[in-house]
Amino acid sequence: MAEVLVTLKPVVNDPQGLVVTDALHTLGYPEVVGTRVGKYIEVELDSSDEQEARSRVDEMCRRLLCNGVIEDYSYSLRRGAG
Amino acid sequence: MPARVGIAVFPGTWSERDCAHAVGLSGAEAILLWHKDPTVRGCDLVVLPGGFAHGDYLRAGAIAAFSPLMEAVKEFARGGGPVLGICNGFQILCEAQLLPGALLRNQGLQFRCQPTHLRVDSGRGPFMSPLPPAAVLSIPISHGEGRYFADPATVARLEGEGRVAFRYCSERGERGEEHNPNGSVDDIAGILNPTGNVLGMMPHPERACEPLLGSADGLQLFKAALPQLVSR
Repeated sequence: MAEVLVTLKPVVNDPQGLVVTDALHTLGYPEVVGTRVGKYIEVELDSSDEQEARSRVDEMCRRLLCNGVIEDYSYSLRRGAG
Repeated sequence: MPARVGIAVFPGTWSERDCAHAVGLSGAEAILLWHKDPTVRGCDLVVLPGGFAHGDYLRAGAIAAFSPLMEAVKEFARGGGPVLGICNGFQILCEAQLLPGALLRNQGLQFRCQPTHLRVDSGRGPFMSPLPPAAVLSIPISHGEGRYFADPATVARLEGEGRVAFRYCSERGERGEEHNPNGSVDDIAGILNPTGNVLGMMPHPERACEPLLGSADGLQLFKAALPQLVSR
């Protein structure tokens, strides 16, 4: 399985993150300096070659899962129960 | 023979009938195109209407951008065919890389449905050249993700090449934060491709196409490209 994290680029303003920061302050966490909201995507794969899987997942990120204009991505591969 | 205007329908599109009504008022014939259609069926102009194509899953427009119909729309646009993307249609054009940049969640996080004023800031291409320069149009918006974003180099290029079609403004055409409903960079409400035949805009011209709706300014956009189509 690939666990993909998609995050807004640092230069992109994240109003959702600002609201979450405000809410955490309200709940009594003044130490929170900032929050940014991203996406977590699990991609289940049927693949035996790790290198091949890695390059395919990278391509999936570039073509669909991440919009390079506004987002960055990272991923890690994890061997499934199979 | 009237011009044929194709209106794209994806699962989740909801503005196709309003657009067809506006097309009818403009004197052209509206034809609905299904997202699985492999061609634009000989249409003279293609409209990508508003809605939530594929439920806006992943990102607004991200899934629709890979439809068979969008391949045909890309080819049509490359050949100089006029394409008008409205709201979700603008988001699809950006995801399909027919236009640069992206549309993000509104600055205030609210879905905004309200009248806006737009200043005509470009005279390029079939849509913009018939419009009076610096004219102010009254056309409403209706979106939650309409904050136009592009990196500074792209924005500078759009400005330099006269590709910013519309900016949010006051009734008198003045820009200012209070007139920008979603936090778009440089008050940008609509942009053009380099050849001016692809226009993406967040406001809904089809909702301002007869006086009963409070404004008929939007009809100009549906009419704009037509004389050139008929003479083609």
